[in-house]
Amino acid sequence: MFDLDRLKGGLVPLVLAPLMISAATLGSAAQGTGESAAPAAGAAAPAAASPGQKKLETVRIGYLRTYERSLALSVLGIPPEDIGLAGANVAIKDNDTTGSFMGQKFLLDVVTLKPGDDVAPVVEKMLADGDHYIVTDLSAEDTLKAADLAKAKNAIILNAGAEDDRLRNDDCRYNVFHTAPSRSMLTDGLAQYLMWKQWRNWALVEGEHEDDRLFAEALKRSATKFGGKIVAEKVFEDAGGARATDSGQALVQRQIPVFLQDLPDHDVLLVADESEVFGTYIPWRTWIPRPVAGTAGLVPGSWHPASEQWGGAQIQNRFEDATGRRMESKDMQAWTAVRVIGEAASRTQSTDPEKIDAFIRGKDFTVAAFKGQRLTFRDWDWQLRQPVLLGTEDSVVTSSPQEGFLHQVSELDTLGYDRPESTCKFDN
Amino acid sequence: MRRLSLAALAATLALSASPAYAYKVFVSNEKGNDVTVLDSEKDFSVVDTFKVGQRPRGIAVSPDGTSLYVCTSDDDIIKEFDTETHAFVRTLPSGPDPELLVVSPSGDQLYAANEDDNLVTVIDLKSGARLAEIPVGVEPEGMGVSPDGQTIVNTSETTNMAHFIDRDSQQITANVLVDSRPRFAQYKKDGSEIWVSAEIGGTVSVIDAATKEIKHKISFEIPGIRSEAIQPVGIRVTDDGTKAYIALGPANRVAVVDTDTYEVADYLLVGQRVWQLAFSPDQKYLFTTNGLSNDVTIIDVASDRAVKSVQVGQQPWGVAVTPE
Repeated sequence: MFDLDRLKGGLVPLVLAPLMISAATLGSAAQGTGESAAPAAGAAAPAAASPGQKKLETVRIGYLRTYERSLALSVLGIPPEDIGLAGANVAIKDNDTTGSFMGQKFLLDVVTLKPGDDVAPVVEKMLADGDHYIVTDLSAEDTLKAADLAKAKNAIILNAGAEDDRLRNDDCRYNVFHTAPSRSMLTDGLAQYLMWKQWRNWALVEGEHEDDRLFAEALKRSATKFGGKIVAEKVFEDAGGARATDSGQALVQRQIPVFLQDLPDHDVLLVADESEVFGTYIPWRTWIPRPVAGTAGLVPGSWHPASEQWGGAQIQNRFEDATGRRMESKDMQAWTAVRVIGEAASRTQSTDPEKIDAFIRGKDFTVAAFKGQRLTFRDWDWQLRQPVLLGTEDSVVTSSPQEGFLHQVSELDTLGYDRPESTCKFDN
Repeated sequence: MRRLSLAALAATLALSASPAYAYKVFVSNEKGNDVTVLDSEKDFSVVDTFKVGQRPRGIAVSPDGTSLYVCTSDDDIIKEFDTETHAFVRTLPSGPDPELLVVSPSGDQLYAANEDDNLVTVIDLKSGARLAEIPVGVEPEGMGVSPDGQTIVNTSETTNMAHFIDRDSQQITANVLVDSRPRFAQYKKDGSEIWVSAEIGGTVSVIDAATKEIKHKISFEIPGIRSEAIQPVGIRVTDDGTKAYIALGPANRVAVVDTDTYEVADYLLVGQRVWQLAFSPDQKYLFTTNGLSNDVTIIDVASDRAVKSVQVGQQPWGVAVTPE
């Protein structure tokens, strides 16, 4: 329980709204601090801005990720080293500002591994150190490994990185919450817009790696769901070799159209290339002049570096001040994961994991993340409902769900696996 | 039916345009970078539109009616204009990205929220100097001031609190947790309650001024409108304290709330994305800014009917009216 005595001594007299379960206790506690309110008001100490003078209750949050500087077809496409992590750090600061009024502090316990490293010892150490929450940016396999280790300690994983639909279906876990959207949410967001534009016929070019295949599958599912037609499908083989060479552009300009010339006519060319083997080469080099969408061209994401709507300018400014770069989708996913915990801690006025967990799982939980509406977790797979932004390299084109895609519960549930389709069965 | 009421309305409007109640309505156009002026004596037609700077949002008139203050958010300053001539007077140091402002009842100070710096800035209106910066929660936005001028209320959008600040000590005296993205704080005229809207939470919290406890939380339900689209923003309470009006954003409606029971008495359909509200000085009319339909709806307060809409500039955001 949040200790009001800690806040006395000329500091912020906290008057807490009797919102939650503990309404009665807090109501009387608030009256208790009433006496100290008057002297504090006149005190010289700057009230709100001096959290350091208070004894604070700390919430530890683990942050576990794998990162390796990877090459991309364009140097602009190389993920920055602090991708995701930077969002978590900004969220910790935001949580701490709020925490200064609540007597709460948040600590991020960060470990970065290389892809392929064993995550188990790190997860075990985090759990032993008292990280009840671990935000992860890992592969699906590693996310599951972390989740199953965390389960033994009743700890919670917030998946801010893996977009695999299987983590929300057959491989779902009761102790894993997803702030990353699933691939199917992303492709559904894209498909809705293409249908809204009445560009119904799609040709699909996919890479041959696992993640490319998964993205292509999600696209095909979205086509079936919303009435788009995939007129042809083609696999681009990864022949290996360097991504860029001195005379590369001249060659690419000749190769890509030839590769695409046998496709039947289509309205949009869809690209599924998460592995960055060819996707970036497609726009402007198609055989027939057609817009490109998917992992290149018009790309769906949970966020966009140019998004400024819905108060987004503020988080973008804050993020840029802190990091010197614009905010990417993964940064937003990590920011949201850390904010979920901060939000629950301030709503429950508690740092007790049991109370926080119960609140996050409850039907009253919502979090605001600059998406124009409140975001909630789906109780069948713990996926965060969220709009999907569609953007090009330099601007946001639209956000889905699109107007007219209706749903009996939440229009956000038109994106991804809805309750009736979900194959997730929690064994908690 | 509609025609009849419009005719009736026109009659009312014509009647109201007696010289005693002559006033101007100033509307900030967020995208148009200008302010549109409506004249009560000219049937609320547009009498002027003047450029004010980049992305004007929060707007207020001084208690004596002579000055108009506009937050030009992308210019990072507050600008002052003459309400008579609409001429630019001076800039005020607001700090970056000012969004909403409020003037003290005596007209000596102005309070503005700086979203980027987690600060509330206090500006002395005589000297135009910055008197103080008060640290508050993340993304401060809504600003309210008690009728006696003693208490300033700021809402912080990501911290989700209403911060009560003592005017003299410039210290926070209370923090009240409200629902997500609190946007606006409005005192009742008798100073007994503060109403705080939560845009994303979809509620309005009524806070008791004495105990700082939430007395009631108002929620909204409109058939056929999904709950996420009901986003309370601007709030105004009549001076007699009987009715409150709450702009519901993309729900395109203004809720009329009985202040005794806190029940919603009616939802008035206005323009698209209704954002801020202001009363006429005689409280006969309520003006709403409708950001997506680029117009202002005029509501007759006695009958709670929308009586007229006036096309203004691009993406109207805030509205302020000169006093009698």
